[in-house]
Amino acid sequence: MIKIKNLKKSFGELEVLKDMNVEVKPQEVVCVIGPSGSGKSTFLRCINRLEEPTGGSIYIEGNDITDPKNNINKMRQKLGMVFQQFNLFPHMTVLENITAAPIRLKGKSVEDAKDFAMQLLEKVGLTDKAAVYPDNLSGGQKQRAAIARALAMEPSIMLFDEPTSALDPEMVGDVLAVMKDLAKEGMTMVIVTHEMGFAREVADRVIFMDGGYIVEEGSPQDIFDNPQHERTQAFLSKVL
Amino acid sequence: MYWTVVITVISLIIALIIGLVLGICSITRNKLLRAIATIYVDIIRGTPILVQILFIYFGLPSVTGITMSALTAGIIAISINAGAYLVEIFRAGINSIDKGQMEAGRTLGFSYAETMRIIILPQAVRRMIPAFVNQFIVSIKDTSLLSVIGIAELTFAGQSIYAMNFRAFQILFAVGVLYFIIIYILTMFSRWLERRLDVS
Ligand SMILES: Nc1ncnc2c1ncn2[C@@H]1O[C@H](COP(=O)(O)OP(=O)(O)OP(=O)(O)O)[C@@H](O)[C@H]1O
Ligand SMILES: [Mg+2]
Repeated sequence: MIKIKNLKKSFGELEVLKDMNVEVKPQEVVCVIGPSGSGKSTFLRCINRLEEPTGGSIYIEGNDITDPKNNINKMRQKLGMVFQQFNLFPHMTVLENITAAPIRLKGKSVEDAKDFAMQLLEKVGLTDKAAVYPDNLSGGQKQRAAIARALAMEPSIMLFDEPTSALDPEMVGDVLAVMKDLAKEGMTMVIVTHEMGFAREVADRVIFMDGGYIVEEGSPQDIFDNPQHERTQAFLSKVL
Repeated sequence: MYWTVVITVISLIIALIIGLVLGICSITRNKLLRAIATIYVDIIRGTPILVQILFIYFGLPSVTGITMSALTAGIIAISINAGAYLVEIFRAGINSIDKGQMEAGRTLGFSYAETMRIIILPQAVRRMIPAFVNQFIVSIKDTSLLSVIGIAELTFAGQSIYAMNFRAFQILFAVGVLYFIIIYILTMFSRWLERRLDVS
């Protein structure tokens, strides 16, 4: 589903991703953990080319997204993304946020787009907020609306960059519950997270990153209960 | 009064187009486009508008041989002048929108141009309204300078009248009142617009 080969990314002199090789299978949930500044966000943002990789290739369902011949806007439609800061469009209602892209990019009728949007809002528990502007939502509601917006394009892969890090603690559970449901339904997901409990419960595979490398990867049990690498052990002893 | 309003309105429409296009040029990664926008803005802001008016009406034809009516020259001068300030207003307005908005739009699959049009500009333009109106008012006042190339706008009309009846005080006072009324109406309109757009 995703196949990343020799991915490198530098910002000027600073080499942030050194040589990343990752494969994600259909329906797999991969959690990426690691210390601050280790390149987790950069890695995720390279997958949909929000950051331009310096080297390597990234195949999404067989097509290289780094190849300029491939239409980046079309390919991005397959990759839903959820940001730490939500990034909802403040001048549109929740419903408009969700329907804007399917109507304009997929040629859906307004009716169909609205129907599907309401189904998604039900899934994330926000049916009563359809007509509300994002400024009037709590953080947790914003993030669930943002997830619905991403799902509206019917992506085959969802990318999450610390979706709960900007939330008050009592809001985190609702957002994680929505993500768990998605995982159960078989959505392929790559999740950068600091929620170790969530990673242990939901991930099929955990990747520990440090200094622009994958230091260690494996099942949640391998990583959390029996980490092999010194740096993984040091990191986990701090966060667990 | 009629010409004052007509010249200002036409010029500002042209200036808005200049401001939008070069404003976007000034924030792209393309160095050439950025340079064009910067040079244009620097030249216009660095020279007095009176010199710009005289240059376009008297200076350009003497070199290029193309003559134009005073009205055309006046509209070009005010457009180019207001355009430069609007480039800055657009640039600042677009830059004031959080980077995450562009990223969210692009991530959904919108192109750069679509994201600009559907997501960035609607938010930016709302924030720019006070600055727009300010420039509108400055441009209305600047049209009074077009009297030097003989356009019958408000100030020129006043001059023609008191040249005949010598009542400079009364006539110029009346001219001043007329400018004030136009600008006052505009200010009221902009306050109303701001309030309306604030609801959402
Ligand atoms: N646009 C950029 N320009 C320059 N340097 C950048 C840029 N984006 C990220 N970096 C640098 O790249 C490194 C990795 O950043 P990244 O955001 O990927 O880390 P992270 O693992 O997501 O950290 P965190 O847990 O704090 O979110 C950091 O040193 C950061 O300063
Ligand atoms: Mg990060």
